[in-house]
Amino acid sequence: MKNLENKRGTLITAAIIVAVFLFVGIAEKIAPPSWNMLFMVLKKGSIYALIAVSMNLLNGFTGLFSLGQAGFMLLGAYTYGIFTIPAADRASVYQYFDGGVVQFALPVPVALILAGLVAAAFAFLIGLPVLRLKSDYLAIATLGFAEIIRAVFQWNVLGPITNGSNLLRKFPVFQSTISYFIVVGICVAVILLLINSSYGRAFKSIREDEIAAEAMGINLARHKMLAFCISSFFAGIGGALLAMYQTSVQASIFKSAMTYEILLIVVIGGIGSISGSVLASFLYIACSEWWLRFLDQETILSAAGRGRFIAVMAVIFVILLALMVFRLVKPKAKSRVRYGVGAGICGAVLIWLIVFAATGQTKVPLLRNGFRMVVFSVIIMIIVLFFSRGIMGTSELPDLFRKRIKSEKEEVAS
Amino acid sequence: MLKVENLIVNYGGIEAVKGISLDVPDGSIITLVGANGAGKSTTLRSIAGLVKAKSGSITLDGEELLGLSTPDIVSKGITMVPEGRRVFPDMTVLENLKIGAYLRKDSLKDDIDHVYDLFPRLKERSWQAAGTLSGGEQQMLAVGRALMSRPKIIMMDEPSLGLAPIIVQGIFDIIREINRQGTTVLLIEQNANMALKTADYGYVMETGKISLQGTGEELLANEQVKELYLGKSKQ
Repeated sequence: MKNLENKRGTLITAAIIVAVFLFVGIAEKIAPPSWNMLFMVLKKGSIYALIAVSMNLLNGFTGLFSLGQAGFMLLGAYTYGIFTIPAADRASVYQYFDGGVVQFALPVPVALILAGLVAAAFAFLIGLPVLRLKSDYLAIATLGFAEIIRAVFQWNVLGPITNGSNLLRKFPVFQSTISYFIVVGICVAVILLLINSSYGRAFKSIREDEIAAEAMGINLARHKMLAFCISSFFAGIGGALLAMYQTSVQASIFKSAMTYEILLIVVIGGIGSISGSVLASFLYIACSEWWLRFLDQETILSAAGRGRFIAVMAVIFVILLALMVFRLVKPKAKSRVRYGVGAGICGAVLIWLIVFAATGQTKVPLLRNGFRMVVFSVIIMIIVLFFSRGIMGTSELPDLFRKRIKSEKEEVAS
Repeated sequence: MLKVENLIVNYGGIEAVKGISLDVPDGSIITLVGANGAGKSTTLRSIAGLVKAKSGSITLDGEELLGLSTPDIVSKGITMVPEGRRVFPDMTVLENLKIGAYLRKDSLKDDIDHVYDLFPRLKERSWQAAGTLSGGEQQMLAVGRALMSRPKIIMMDEPSLGLAPIIVQGIFDIIREINRQGTTVLLIEQNANMALKTADYGYVMETGKISLQGTGEELLANEQVKELYLGKSKQ
């Protein structure tokens, strides 16, 4: 019965995905240049979506807490860069290393797959010793690996291949957003198929109970290694796409902070939810790169603009505060803490507004370089505190559109 | 048939199993009873290949199993129902059953139907997360999951643990039913009374050794067993 009902959800989800792809493909052709920011966010968001999904496959579905993602992205990015720079441009890119040792260029699709394979091969070698470890020990070991890889790639002796600590550039890149979407779409679809196969079930059973999984005849070492290599394969492709997006590769950007960013996306989206990771990636990138940017800019308003700004903000936050307080004092109120924190935030914004109004300055207080990250951290704390299972939990998009059947409702009620 | 000879297993630095021998003939229910820490679970776990034995031999129809990996042993037809049920809590009942048949490549439909016939409760809850089932239902699921690999021998580690007496009765009925349908059962129990009533033959294990053996009735009538495991004093 549930199967039948779920068809509806799958169809709606498929329709949404097709609509998004069509929108991106068409809008990109006809949109004015002022939409550039949107497409930047879509490009970077799609790349992060792939990497977050690859991390979720390992951390969320197989239950292996690994923090090596940045290292595998670096391997993918470098592999792509090294093997696609046109032979004619090599002399200028590898100017300190006599044009480097690689003197040929592979086609883009081949290089993308090679980027994944190199990352997977390293994952296999690292995995042999490291996958014997569990939970936080595994996390520390993989984090260490990622840091070592970063240092090794900047080593001057490897310069003829990696260009040392200099940039790799002039390699071919995707110009259109839809190209990123298509590559990411294919990769995520492959991961989805894998998760719904018997391998995916085996991964999940390892996450849930290793001893029982082993007793059912699942070879733990083999399946952990498989999940680790597949996850790294797609992280490698993600790294290659990130290289394209940035049009250059430099080892120093693949810091552990990047892994934490992706871990954050996975947690916000819901550990064990593919659609959660994808949605959270776009939201995260949109917030950090676009929607919250204004917080970083010192803003000086005109006298009239200042009055309008204070009035509009005051109305919005007074209404919000009233709603929160109303919920809070209502008898038999549920989730008081949530509304309490909400009311506190509204109150803080209002006090900030009153100070702003009282000082009579035209410069908006607090808005300056770095304030964005303060607000962003607060938002993330709120999400983690109140939606501890992430925005999607372990459910997927089709589940949201599934009509609840009667018997199921009754079961939930009882 | 399964034959264990002079099995010695070191577990956590101590000799947990000190040279025991068991016979599990085809089609029988054999039980291994004993107190906590007697080495029953370790014996089972080493037959399943989850714990390495130090020495001895475990043979199935004359074929040596000692040293094989768990997947190989499961494919040869010996499956274990682990202690404490250990269903996969966030996976549905159906997914749990499918994991049980992980090593099989053929169609599972008949086996799923068979398990659902045996446990109609599971069919009703097919799409429910296994963690939301009651203790008794989880035990049914653990047994059903093990049956999905089409075992010749099913080994159960304390299936009655933590269950209400009326549910325990149901579990033992099911054990008899599974046996009637042709699966050999090797049962570990602390509930010696129920286990010996169900079994064809029993072994009493004490600090890593077999101290007594005999048919179920013989052991039930044995004064020592009565005193130590059935809670009846001699008088």
